[in-house]
Amino acid sequence: MAEVPVPKEKWSGKIGTVALGATSEEGGTRSSRLVIGGGTGMPFLSYEGPTTHRPLIAGEVLDTVADLPDLVREEFGGAVDDPAEWAKAWVERHGADLVCLKLRSTGPEEGDRPPEEAAKTVLRVLQAVSVPLIVYGSGHEEKDAKVLEAVSNIAPKERLLLGHAEESAYKSVSAAAMANDHAVISFANLDVNLSKQINILLTDFGVRKDRIVLDPLFAALGMGLEYSYSVMERIRLAALMGDAMLQVPMVCDTSSAWKAKEASEEIEGHDGLEERAAWWEATTAFAALMAGADLLIMRSPRSAGIAKRAMRSLMEVD
Amino acid sequence: MPTAIEIFKHLPKKNCGKCNYPTCLAFAMQLANSKAKLDDCPFVSEQARAALAASSAPPIRLVRFGSGARVIELGDETELYRHEKRFFHPTAFTVVVPDSLAPSEAGRRAKEIAAVRFERVGQALSFDAVCIRDVSGDAARFASAAEAVGSSVDLPLVLSSGSPERMRQAAMKVIQRRPLLHGANAQNLVPMAALAKELSCPLALMQNGLGEMADLVAQARAAGVEDLVMDFRTSGLKDQLESSTVARKHSVKKTYRGLGYPILVEAGKGEDGILRGMLAVMKYGGLVLFEEISEAQALPLFVLRQNIYTDPQVPIQVKPGMYPVNGAKEDSPILFTTNFSLTYFTVLADIEKSKAPAWLLVVDSEGLSVMTAFSAGKLTPEIVAKALESSGAREKSRSGILVMPGMVSRMSGKLQEATGLKVIVGPKESSGLPKFMKGL
Ligand code: B12
Ligand code: SF4
Repeated sequence: MAEVPVPKEKWSGKIGTVALGATSEEGGTRSSRLVIGGGTGMPFLSYEGPTTHRPLIAGEVLDTVADLPDLVREEFGGAVDDPAEWAKAWVERHGADLVCLKLRSTGPEEGDRPPEEAAKTVLRVLQAVSVPLIVYGSGHEEKDAKVLEAVSNIAPKERLLLGHAEESAYKSVSAAAMANDHAVISFANLDVNLSKQINILLTDFGVRKDRIVLDPLFAALGMGLEYSYSVMERIRLAALMGDAMLQVPMVCDTSSAWKAKEASEEIEGHDGLEERAAWWEATTAFAALMAGADLLIMRSPRSAGIAKRAMRSLMEVD
Repeated sequence: MPTAIEIFKHLPKKNCGKCNYPTCLAFAMQLANSKAKLDDCPFVSEQARAALAASSAPPIRLVRFGSGARVIELGDETELYRHEKRFFHPTAFTVVVPDSLAPSEAGRRAKEIAAVRFERVGQALSFDAVCIRDVSGDAARFASAAEAVGSSVDLPLVLSSGSPERMRQAAMKVIQRRPLLHGANAQNLVPMAALAKELSCPLALMQNGLGEMADLVAQARAAGVEDLVMDFRTSGLKDQLESSTVARKHSVKKTYRGLGYPILVEAGKGEDGILRGMLAVMKYGGLVLFEEISEAQALPLFVLRQNIYTDPQVPIQVKPGMYPVNGAKEDSPILFTTNFSLTYFTVLADIEKSKAPAWLLVVDSEGLSVMTAFSAGKLTPEIVAKALESSGAREKSRSGILVMPGMVSRMSGKLQEATGLKVIVGPKESSGLPKFMKGL
C-alpha cells in the first residue's frame, strides 16, 4: 500500500486556556469549573493535536425580550419572562454548558434599569443554575462601567466572564473583572491586528492572559460570515505560529443569525421557515467552530443541538 | 508553476546562450515568470520536458463532467485557506434519484430537484447535478431511470453503480451528457476503469483510507484514466475532515502527489447529511451527493457556499448609479445606499415591498456596507453629492428629497449642506421602509 505521510505542522505556539466558573474549593458556588482553549493545531485535526477542551455552548438569556423572535420564544414556552427560569431551561432541558446573561434592560434607551437591580438578576440566575456565567451589559459605554462593576461585586470569586472590552472602552470593564478575579471578553472588529491590539491593551492594563477570551465578531451566515471565518482562521494560524498576544481562546456570538431575513421572514414559494431559521444559526455556529471558536453564545436550543452534535461527530465522542 | 530553481535543475547547464539568455539560470528565471518558452532551449531532454510538465501541472486536477453549457468543473484549487487567495470552484451539490422509482417518477423527481431555486444578492442558487443510483440491481431498470432523468432535466448527471455492466448500459443512454461514473472500488477497478476510458467519462473512486485511495488512483491512471474523483467513503465528520485536509494539503504543498484530485462526499440524508455537505463546502469537498435534503436545509447550505467561495479581495458589488423602483417618476424621492450587493439587494427588496415609486441612488462605496463604509470614510456627504451629479440624479428626480439610511443620521446636517436637497433620515433597518414610505 502507498505510504501517505501525515502532514503534521510543527507549530511553535499553542492557545492558552481560560477557566470559567468557580466551585466552592475556589471560593465560588458553581458545581464545576469549565476550561476552554488549549488548542495545539487547527480546529478538530486530531493529528495536529488532541482537542483537550471541547468548545462549549452558552445559552443566551436576555433580561428583556422585546425583540426576541417568536420562533425562539416558542422553544422556551413561558420561561423567557424570567431570566432565572430561562437559564434553568437552557441547562436542564437543553443541555447548555453555561449561560450567557445579557443585561439589555440597563441600556439608557431600553429601560435604564439601575446597576443594583441588574446585579440582583445576576444573583438570581446564579442561584437558579450551577453552571458558569457570562454577563454582558447593554453595550452602552458609561452605563456598562457601572453595571459591570456592580455585577462583579455581587458575585465575587465566581469567575464570571464579563463582556466586553474594546479599544475605545476597556478600562472600566477590565477593572471590574480584575477587582474580583473574573475573566473578560476582549472585542475587536473583524481584524487580526485590532484583535492583537486590544489584547495588548488589556494585558498592559494588568489583566492576566488566562483571564482573556477574544471575540473577533462573528458575522452571521449571509451577513459577512466569510470575513469572520477568514479573520478567525488567520488569528488561529498566527497564534500557532507563535504570536503570544493572539494565543487566547475565541468566543463567537451566533445569535445575530436571527437578524438575517432568511431566518425571520417567509420566502415566497418556499416553506419551512422554522427549520430554515434553526439551520441559519446552526450553520453560523458550525462555521465558527471550523474557524476556531472555543466558546459559542447561542440563541436557539434547536440550533445549539445541531452545533453540539456536529462538534461530537468531529471529535468522535458522545 | 515550479520555481526557477526547480526548473534550473532540469536544464542542460551549458550556459551557451542559444535561448537568448546568457545563462541557464537566467533562462530558468524567465520561464518561472512565464516570460520564455521551454522550446527556446534546443537542448532540453525529453525526460526534463516530462518532469517539468508534471511539476507545472495544477496541484489538483481540473475534472469536468456534463456537456454543452451545463458543465461542472471540479478541482484545480491552489489554496489551503481562502484568505491566501481564494477558493475557485464552488462545491457542486447533487441529489440522488434511486432507480427503485418508476422511470416517470424518477423523471419527475429530477425535475423537482432542478426546480429548487433561490435568488440572493443577484445570484441564482440551485442544485448542480442529479445522481441516478442503481439500487435495484437490474440493468434495464437502471438504464431506463438514467434515460428518464436525462430527458427530464438538462443538469449534468452522475451515475452510481458498483457493477460495470449495469453502468455501461445506463451510461450508453446518456453518453452525450458525459456523466460522472461513481464508481470504482478495489474489486471492480479494472473493468470500471476500462469502461471509463472507452466512454471517456470521468471516474469516481470509492475507497476509505488515504494509502488505499492512493493505490486505487495509481491503478486507474495506469489503466489510462486521468479524470478521477476521490470518494473517501468516510465514517463521519472527523474522518471526512481529516482525509480531505490531508489530501488537500499534500496536493497544494506538493509534499505528496498521489491524491491530487477533486473530492466527492457521499452525504446521505438527515441532519448528519447536511452537516457533511456543509463541512465539504468549508473543507475541500468538490462534489456532494445528498440522498435527501429539504428546501429549508438547502438554502443555508447554498448561502454558506456563496459566502465561502466569494473572492476575499473583492466584495460582491453592484454598479453604482440611479435606479428607478416601482415605476419612479420625476416627482419621486431619492433614497441612497451603498454598492455592496448585500446592502443593495436588501434595500431594493424593502422599497419594492413598499410599492411606493422611488429612485434608488447607489453610491460607490467600494463594495462596503453602510456602516463599514461610513467608518472607513467611504460614505461621506461629499461622496454622496458627487454620486448625485455623476448619475444625473437631479434631472431624473425633481422631488428635491433625499432619504438617507438611519444608521448614518450623524451626517444628515452636512449632507443637507453638500447637496442642497431636503435630507430626511430614514429608518435604521431598511425593513422599516414600507411603513416609512407611507408617511413620506
Ligand atoms: C462584514 C463587516 C465588515 C467587512 C466588510 C463587509 C462589506 N463588504 O461591507 C470588513 C471585515 C471588511 C469590515 C471592515 C471594517 N468594519 Co465592519 N462590519 C461588518 C459587519 C459584521 C456586517 C456589515 C454588513 O454586511 N451588514 C449588512 C448590511 C446589509 O447592512 P447595511 O449596509 O448597514 O444596510 C442596512 C441598513 O444600513 C439599512 N440601509 C441600508 N441602506 C439604506 C438606505 C436607506 C434609504 C435606508 C432607510 C436604510 C438603509 O438597511 C440595511 C438592512 O438592515 C458589521 C457588524 C454588523 N453585524 O452589522 C461591522 C461594522 C459595520 N464594521 C464596523 C467597523 C468599525 C469596521 C472597520 C472600520 C474596522 C476597522 N477598524 O478595520 C473596517 C472598515 C473597512 C475598511 N475598508 O477600512 C462597525 C461600524 C461601527 C460604527 N458604528 O460606525 C460595525 C457596525 C461593527 C461594530 N459593531 O463595531 N467590516
Ligand atoms: S539554450 Fe539551453 S543550455 Fe543554452 S543557455 Fe539557454 S537554457 Fe542553457
